[in-house]
Amino acid sequence: MKRLLKGGRVVDPANGIDGVRDVLVDGDRIARVGVGLPADGATVVEIPSGLIVCPGFIDMHVHLREPGQEHKETIATGTASAVAGGFTAVACMPNTNPVNDDANVTTYILDKARDANLARVYPIGAVSRSSQGELLADIGDLHKAGCVAITDDGHPVKTAMLLRRALEYAGMFGMVVIEHCEEPSLMGDGVAHEGFHAASLGLRGIPGACEALGVERGVLLSELTGNAFHVAHMSARASMRAVRKGKEAGVRVTCEVAPHHFTLTDEALATPVAYDTNTKMNPPLREAADRDAMLAGIADGTVDVIATDHAPHHYDEKKVEFDRAPFGIVGLETAVSLALDRLVHAGRVRLPRLVELMSVNPARILKVTGGTLSEGAPADITILAPDLNVRVEAAKLRSRSKNTPFDGWDLRGGVAATFVGGRPLFLNPEAGISTIP
Amino acid sequence: MSTPVHNVDRPPAVTSLRSKDLLGIADLLPEEITLVLDTADAMKEIGLRPIKKVPALRGKTVVNLFFEPSTRTRTSFEIAEKRLSADTLNIAIATSSVVKGETLADTAMNLEAMNPDIIVLRHSSSGACHLLSRICRSGIINAGDGMHEHPTQALLDAYTIRERKKQLRGLKVAIIGDLLHSRVLRSNIHLLTKMGADVWVCGPPTLMPADTRRFGVTPTNSVEQAVASADVIMLLRIQLERMEGAYFPSLREYFDVFGMTEARLTLAKPDVMIMHPGPMNRGVEIASEVADGPYSVILDQVANGVAVRMAVLYLLAGGAEHEEAA
Repeated sequence: MKRLLKGGRVVDPANGIDGVRDVLVDGDRIARVGVGLPADGATVVEIPSGLIVCPGFIDMHVHLREPGQEHKETIATGTASAVAGGFTAVACMPNTNPVNDDANVTTYILDKARDANLARVYPIGAVSRSSQGELLADIGDLHKAGCVAITDDGHPVKTAMLLRRALEYAGMFGMVVIEHCEEPSLMGDGVAHEGFHAASLGLRGIPGACEALGVERGVLLSELTGNAFHVAHMSARASMRAVRKGKEAGVRVTCEVAPHHFTLTDEALATPVAYDTNTKMNPPLREAADRDAMLAGIADGTVDVIATDHAPHHYDEKKVEFDRAPFGIVGLETAVSLALDRLVHAGRVRLPRLVELMSVNPARILKVTGGTLSEGAPADITILAPDLNVRVEAAKLRSRSKNTPFDGWDLRGGVAATFVGGRPLFLNPEAGISTIP
Repeated sequence: MSTPVHNVDRPPAVTSLRSKDLLGIADLLPEEITLVLDTADAMKEIGLRPIKKVPALRGKTVVNLFFEPSTRTRTSFEIAEKRLSADTLNIAIATSSVVKGETLADTAMNLEAMNPDIIVLRHSSSGACHLLSRICRSGIINAGDGMHEHPTQALLDAYTIRERKKQLRGLKVAIIGDLLHSRVLRSNIHLLTKMGADVWVCGPPTLMPADTRRFGVTPTNSVEQAVASADVIMLLRIQLERMEGAYFPSLREYFDVFGMTEARLTLAKPDVMIMHPGPMNRGVEIASEVADGPYSVILDQVANGVAVRMAVLYLLAGGAEHEEAA
């Protein structure tokens, strides 16, 4: 079937478009984008004024937890959460149980994603077997089975030697190595950013240098091997400096920042609720200078991607002593609102740049389809309601887990609709789109 | 219950604590600290009587829930509770068994179902008392949580200082030792700065918390600077296993650089007080001659611990309703 999305402001930086256009969708593809397109037999969908039609957002850092930890999230609930958050595709991390270090696990994930039939799922394979950092996983097999990148996320690749080999070997398949940057000996048993608030609350600290050392290592090895290196969930200002320096030197390094790291600081450890385990993540919420460095890097182009590090945990696991709680928060359903509120409305980035951060660049780095509304591209479309007032309600999240520090927050900007392959999978009546004919 | 005796220059501005819990000194107003110390004066008198018991907490249930081994603090609380006629229950749980068994939240909910009035909690995790206070209606008294706070220790320290020096304002207090891992340090910093003392903290840079100045204290690595003209010197325990974390090379070197010796003591005021929350490592953070010497008030601290804990228990669990009963 054909649908004509009529009257929205189309922001498609890949084609240099930012203006009112009509988008003609034919089946699962974009057929045409233009001014005043004729209906020509297509069902007309009037896009209320003020809404923004973008290429589908891609979250390249998500923990879907399946197989093995289905009490936290499943591929079905995670992709439901994704489309509700405006994401048409997610890349899922391999630290499942078993680890996605084997083509069978990759195939299992893709089968489950096909069954769920919601957001697209791009599995990311492990660098090493069981992510133990000893032997390389069967990276060629993983690639053939559908993995789009490799990482030992949750932990850094154990040795510099193995990271070097991974970069060289994955480069052969055109795959990027994504690194959780962390120097283990500086991590110790840290649970929070090393600074005033951790000191005051008696929490063991993790200094920014712990992450930045890992970033420096990766940048050097990327330079050595000539292969693509991507820094996951960056949080420290020294890391930003290292990436900036690497880019200036022509190294193939890219990086992502999570919404909580450009929004919150370690002050959230103490207030409004002291020791809230939903403020515990790795890397940790850092001090204001680090948060500001993330905002500056997003504004000046050093940061390539906004990714959520969506890390669902059951409330039983979070309702414990702070030092015993697992790291991580859910992020899929709050990312767009935080990005619009904190980045766009705060005047730090304009909408085309936001679309690059959340759609164009993740597609480019992972070499997956999407990131554009070009003719013939998959009809993956995110429609934003930038002026919608959104109240975050943890209990109403689609994710199986509700571990968010943003419960009760009022934010400006939200998702109006999400189309995957031409199918409207999420509609937000509050944004003016309640049914799609 | 007799009216508390005041031995300071100003009367308490408040007659009760605002919270049902004592989670940390950070949450207390200076007036509340003064109230606890003044109340402890009356409690101390009870401990000097031939019959050391009053009915203030008769019919009240106090649970001492200890997830970490403790002799001094647990004993002190138990004596305090018994002197106030509370029904007390001691639960000591090895942390290792909790890993396999129920969560702290479940333990708390089970206890709560039996409706105790006060839970005294000692736990190895910072913030464990905050978790409990969100679950329980009972009052929670923090008897030490991880590296966070040990409020009754700071209160008994303040009481001991005030007993000798009459007030805390303007005193130079030097706190020396493992600052990074010490809950006693954090509670004392909050208390002493709130009460107007001039607080110096001293230790190797490896054992100094981040951003120390923001706590309103003066950090130094020079024990001589810290001790110079000090009214009070408080030594913190150096845990023997810290060497393994490479915080310092050896206990011998620690003593050489930071140990409190009689020679260093001569830099302090002539009437300096030497304090230690215990347990002491003689010959590491403190020379035996100093610990056993004339300036040491270490055993006074222990004695005052009972009175201060009686005051806290009374203010949280007894309060006005027992004024009449007693």
